[in-house]
Amino acid sequence: MTLTVFWVFGVIAMGGALLCITRKNPIASALWLVVTLFSIAALFVLLDAQFLAVLQVLVYAGAIMVLFLFVIMLLNLGRPGPSDIKGPLGLGVAVLLGAALLFLLQPVTRTTLLSAITLPPGSVPALQQQQGIVGAVANPLFGAYLIPFEIASVLLLAAIVGAVVLAKRKL
Amino acid sequence: MLLTPALAISAVLFTLGVAGVLFRRNAIVIFMCVELMLNAVNLTFVALAQTLGMGGQVFVFFVMAVAAAEAAVGLAIILAVYRHKQSVSLQNMNLLKDG
Repeated sequence: MTLTVFWVFGVIAMGGALLCITRKNPIASALWLVVTLFSIAALFVLLDAQFLAVLQVLVYAGAIMVLFLFVIMLLNLGRPGPSDIKGPLGLGVAVLLGAALLFLLQPVTRTTLLSAITLPPGSVPALQQQQGIVGAVANPLFGAYLIPFEIASVLLLAAIVGAVVLAKRKL
Repeated sequence: MLLTPALAISAVLFTLGVAGVLFRRNAIVIFMCVELMLNAVNLTFVALAQTLGMGGQVFVFFVMAVAAAEAAVGLAIILAVYRHKQSVSLQNMNLLKDG
């Protein structure tokens, strides 16, 4: 049952991604990407990452995609015009390289993990029962990963300043 | 076990992102394809976090923070280029190209 639901959302995600990269209109592309991001959030729930699923909807489907749509509409790119998709040669090269990459990635699906480094099945739900769904992510985040967390906050500050400096006409 | 289907779906999503970067010319759409690739990698992290520990989920958190910063700065750059060239097509960004 879980596997069926997983594949349903996986197929929606892959279909949304395919439509996202093939639509001529950037707004249509952005909205299909939102469909993909929502189905990835559903996949996160099925993979015991409920907190990240919420973050995926809030940060990706909410904030980042609104930013994309805002810029597309600010630059008035939604109007019909010539397609930005490359001609037969570019398309052929892209399909060829994509097929080659998929062929190279295909052994990944046959991965078997060493039993010495894997946790027993059901240990993540047990941890979430014990510490709470948010706590299970927060404990390593504010413990072992505290320094990277602080560096990420500096990065976000730099990004805010950088975006303002780049987008402003005159400082 | 959901590991194998998750890795398969994420491989396909990553490939679609790469193909999109290769055959589109609109800078914003290419940017969205990069976000698609980041999401494919996030899916891999979450799938492996089920068996390898919560570190994977913490990493997805960092990837999201970096993606948000990247989107803000990248779109600001696209805005600045548009103001200069009146276009976001990568075909017109050829200042370094010979001839």
